[in-house]
Amino acid sequence: MTEARITVNGKETSISPAAPHTTVLDFLRERGLTGTKEGCAEGECGACSVLVARPGVNKPTDWVAVNACLVPAAALDGQEVITSEGLATVGDPGTPPALHPVQQEMAVRGGSQCGYCTPGFVCSMAAEYYRPDRCAHADPTDGAEAHDGTEVHVDAEAHVDAEHGPNGFDLHALSGNLCRCTGYRPIRDAAYAVGEPTDEDPLARRREQSPPAAVATEYARDDSTFLRRSTLAETLRVLRERPDAVVVAGSTDYGVEVNIRSRRESCVVAIDRLPELRELRVESDHIEIGAALTLTEIERRLDGQVPLLAELFPQFASRLIRNGATLGGNLGTGSPIGDSPPVLLALEASLVLADADGEREVPLADYFTGYRQSVRRPGELIRAVRIPLPLSRVAAFHKIAKRRFDDISSVAVAFALDIEDGTVRRARIGLGGVAATPIRALATEAALEGRPWTAETVEAAARVLRGEGTPMDDHRASSLYRSAMLGQSLRKLHAQTTEAVSS
Amino acid sequence: MSHLSERPEKPAVGVALPHESAVLHVTGTALYTDDLIHRTKDVLHAYPVQVMKAHGRITKLDTEPALDVPGVVRVLTGADVPGVNDAGMKHDEPLFPDEVMFHGHAVAWVLGEDLEAARLGAAAVEVELDEQPALITLQDAMAADSYHGARPLMETGDIDAGFADSAHVFTGEFQFSGQEHFYLETHAALAQVDENGQIFIQSSTQHPSETQEIVSHVLGVPAHEVTVQCLRMGGGFGGKEMQPHGFAAVAALGAKLTGRPVRFRLNRTQDLTMSGKRHGFHASWRIGFDADGRIQALDATLTADGGWSLDLSEPVLARALCHIDNTYWIPNARVAGRIARTNTVSNTAFRGFGGPQGMLVIEDILGRVAPQLGLDPMELRERNFYRPGQGQTTPYGQPVTQAERISTVWHQVQENAGLADRRREIAAFNAAHPHTKRAIAVTGIKFGISFNLTAFNQGGALVLIYKDGSVLINHGGTEMGQGLHTKMIQVAATTLGIPLHKVRLAPTRTDKVPNTSATAASSGADLNGGAIKNACEQLRERLLQVAASQLGANASDVRIVEGVARALGSEKELAWDELVRTAYFQRVQLSAAGFYRTEGLHWDARTFRGSPFKYFAHGAAATEVEVDGFTGAYRIRRVDIVHDVGDSLSPLIDIGQVEGGFVQGAGWLTLEDLRWDTGDGPGRGRLQTQAASTYKLPSFSEMPEEFNVTLLENATEEGAVYGSKAVGEPPLMLAFSVREALRQAAAAFGPSGAGVELASPATPEAVYWAIEEARALRDTAAVDGHSVEALSGA
Repeated sequence: MTEARITVNGKETSISPAAPHTTVLDFLRERGLTGTKEGCAEGECGACSVLVARPGVNKPTDWVAVNACLVPAAALDGQEVITSEGLATVGDPGTPPALHPVQQEMAVRGGSQCGYCTPGFVCSMAAEYYRPDRCAHADPTDGAEAHDGTEVHVDAEAHVDAEHGPNGFDLHALSGNLCRCTGYRPIRDAAYAVGEPTDEDPLARRREQSPPAAVATEYARDDSTFLRRSTLAETLRVLRERPDAVVVAGSTDYGVEVNIRSRRESCVVAIDRLPELRELRVESDHIEIGAALTLTEIERRLDGQVPLLAELFPQFASRLIRNGATLGGNLGTGSPIGDSPPVLLALEASLVLADADGEREVPLADYFTGYRQSVRRPGELIRAVRIPLPLSRVAAFHKIAKRRFDDISSVAVAFALDIEDGTVRRARIGLGGVAATPIRALATEAALEGRPWTAETVEAAARVLRGEGTPMDDHRASSLYRSAMLGQSLRKLHAQTTEAVSS
Repeated sequence: MSHLSERPEKPAVGVALPHESAVLHVTGTALYTDDLIHRTKDVLHAYPVQVMKAHGRITKLDTEPALDVPGVVRVLTGADVPGVNDAGMKHDEPLFPDEVMFHGHAVAWVLGEDLEAARLGAAAVEVELDEQPALITLQDAMAADSYHGARPLMETGDIDAGFADSAHVFTGEFQFSGQEHFYLETHAALAQVDENGQIFIQSSTQHPSETQEIVSHVLGVPAHEVTVQCLRMGGGFGGKEMQPHGFAAVAALGAKLTGRPVRFRLNRTQDLTMSGKRHGFHASWRIGFDADGRIQALDATLTADGGWSLDLSEPVLARALCHIDNTYWIPNARVAGRIARTNTVSNTAFRGFGGPQGMLVIEDILGRVAPQLGLDPMELRERNFYRPGQGQTTPYGQPVTQAERISTVWHQVQENAGLADRRREIAAFNAAHPHTKRAIAVTGIKFGISFNLTAFNQGGALVLIYKDGSVLINHGGTEMGQGLHTKMIQVAATTLGIPLHKVRLAPTRTDKVPNTSATAASSGADLNGGAIKNACEQLRERLLQVAASQLGANASDVRIVEGVARALGSEKELAWDELVRTAYFQRVQLSAAGFYRTEGLHWDARTFRGSPFKYFAHGAAATEVEVDGFTGAYRIRRVDIVHDVGDSLSPLIDIGQVEGGFVQGAGWLTLEDLRWDTGDGPGRGRLQTQAASTYKLPSFSEMPEEFNVTLLENATEEGAVYGSKAVGEPPLMLAFSVREALRQAAAAFGPSGAGVELASPATPEAVYWAIEEARALRDTAAVDGHSVEALSGA
């Protein structure tokens, strides 16, 4: 028997007798903290949102909201968790608790009706409340400057102001929370009404201290083990010894498999806190992004330096998912409808793959070999993603989905074009959702390169693009619509670059 | 003013209050059914054995392998049922079926020491089927002539004469999707056997009395041996009106057989694949207009997708027929209804209960034909409104008594929205933007309040006053987030004349108030509020006698206001607590059972005529959308609503109902897309959108960017408690304005005066195809030089 301990609402507790696959959600509920709810068990509804203390971007520690339904409890060994119950300050017996400012605003403004989604909303809202760089009247376009300062950045979100409050609250912080009762208006009002944390606020003060260290963990029950090693080298040795091991970072894919498809693994290896996978370096000819950085961390640390990524992030799942999900995970699972591969293909990214023998670099365009298959060998990890510099000057990411926040693409198209003196010098186009793997639209690229960036060129190339891949019919979209959207995406890009049409 | 509607001095009703459980909600301490298992010892977990085929007779059901799974305690099958093996009220819904009737039908349930054991046990149960052909779509059922239940026919006037008088006649068809409730809390129950062998069930149910009734007939015991409690639900929306009963009966049966508490909670996949949804409908119609665009005749057939069993499909269909007129006078009508029997989940109640489906048919017709009549859609709608003072009746014969409110809200919402200016701005925007179009649409609603079946329009309450002056109220309604309990506390405090903090509300239980109606049909506040008011009036009358003797006055001269009794023209006061204590020592009864029945209703289901509704709720919405011509993607820029809740009992609650209903309706009409496997492969009949990742609810991105809700003022309803009106369902239908705005924005990509058809739900893909239709009209018009009207005339 081995141990794992989590500090929940300030009180440290063993997770035993939880199984290694037991989620944080089930662990909390077993402990009687039933405010954390299961609504979907796949990270879509946010009823299970809780706060976790993580290494910070602007302060030593950030309070980050995650889906408790996806993360194994063993993955939080040594970590600190706050639930909706822990946000309120309990008074004397018989007296009502002193509400946290976000709880207060939600309560008085009619932010809860049935109340079932409310604790999750409260936790997601609290995380944004404590975001150090949230400040009143922030200009949401700040920091969107191009890496070389000359980028033509096509912003698909022209109404960005409708998604930021006067207190700097970014509504995308709640993009992973669903409410079926209120219609959201009172919740938005509550979010936009919260002020600044006081100096005495213990959670605000906690941000100034170091985050909980990652703890080497070996939690075994019955025939199943959850492992976390301290270094990359040790981890790679484990992967060589246990080729059956499943590698997890944010568990945003694995957690769904556990809950929805009852997947049970004998060995799960966590890599999300390996320092070697958490570096972000900007070099003269490339940017290297650690495979285990969360999308939120990349978004905040790049701060708009790669406009195509900056356009991707708000459209990639929800804030709750981005707080756990990594580029390594999105590429490692190899889904043809992942949203990062089209963008990274357009950026001509390559992957640094590591195993116990060393490293190799593989262009992303050569990485995928079939449906959820790649050239990655057993025992090999994605250590980092490299994006070559300089970046193309015209960049856009068009995601076609039913819902604007937190939906899965029916089609995704990423463009990176160099247009000089009215001529397309270079075109890189990544596609998702049109084949068994993410693909480059090579024929379309050829139809553009060397030609003038005119309506005629675009019309001809759009017809080529419409024929790329083999889109299928499913519940998300018809194949006809998917094909049409490929062609339309290029026409839209042309209109955006030539007519200054924002939407 | 009626006795029922009159408000006393300083009433607690009408005050804007947060939800009575708001503090519990935000701190995560509000308890829902499944939270209770962590406070209960030795709970067994029930897990369904679902068969993943759409139709077939069971030839083998072997439960032995499940018993070999460690931790499995027992497997429940039909052989274990001591009473009636049926989960419904129509005896067509076996709890443990011999025949699999839809993909995912549960045929047995496994009880385990933990959920993992029960799940593995369920997977081990061996089921073999003699597979049968399966009807999945409405088309499948209509082609096979597969119907069940009533075939109502609603007739008024003389349609032949009406069509003869029509200058324009149009025909069409329209099929539109159902909707998943997606209450955030899935179905759950916890059953326990108490010391005397009685069954106590905590259930997430909108209809505890019917849960009790079905548990009692499954167990074969009288109703007084079964108690059902509902603390609160994490959303209901109609999905927990009929569907919880069978699940609760499984838990009760397990508890009875094992002597241990049994819990079930459907996970989201199970809930989506096993529970009924809003009925999708097919409509075929013929409609005639005079030269001015006034409806002369309507001939329509509505076919509801009932799914495999009847459940509530008959009353849902009745309400659909009763709402096809919406706000429009149809002098001659013949509307037939039928219920398709398909091999899918048994469709059920969902906010609006068929009303939205009936109204959608007429709103779709008007949106489609307006361009062909050469009329602005708003003008066409307004011309057909019911007119006050002309004795107009609905097609089922009920007088429309507040017809003036249809126009009042219609005009007020245009004023609030600044409609005239914005239409000019939109025209200018559209002229300047070839790839993006905006449109604004205004639609109205008239929704009948009361259960169609007259007997259900009764409510009960039990009010207890304790010696210390504190008051505990019980009533038959359940709380699912709609704020009913908040309103009931306000009603009790108003009637008794005491501060709100003196009143506490006990969880809904069948052993406090018997034979209750479902908390449904928006009637919760009307029925239970009437009953609480009645109980509190009885108590108040007794206390006034006591106070009169203490104050030396006549009881008729005593008022209790804000917890103090005073006699008219006297300085003397008597505090509430003192009054109660005095009453106790005078041996005055301090509890009362209250009752309410809605007066003046009559309904003949056979002739489909009568006045089934106490009153109508009214509202109008103006919605502006913006559509991307490249993709069909859209956003809701602004919504203005004027809605009639009578004199609001609780304005914050009511505005929440209006906003939430609107967004839920917009979800149904634009985003929420139920897809079934209709192919002939092994997955035939499988729900393809069986998760939150594939069935998308409205999120923050679908919320109107600007959202202004106004409650109609001076709107006293004489026929309801303290002058209020029901609010739960009607606002959902204000979302028709979203659909019609999308239609108009898509049409704006075509030539002037173009009309387009729009699928429902109007997903971005559906809007894109509507845009393509409009563009094709533009291209054709450009080539042929013909007018669009000529091309598309009937």
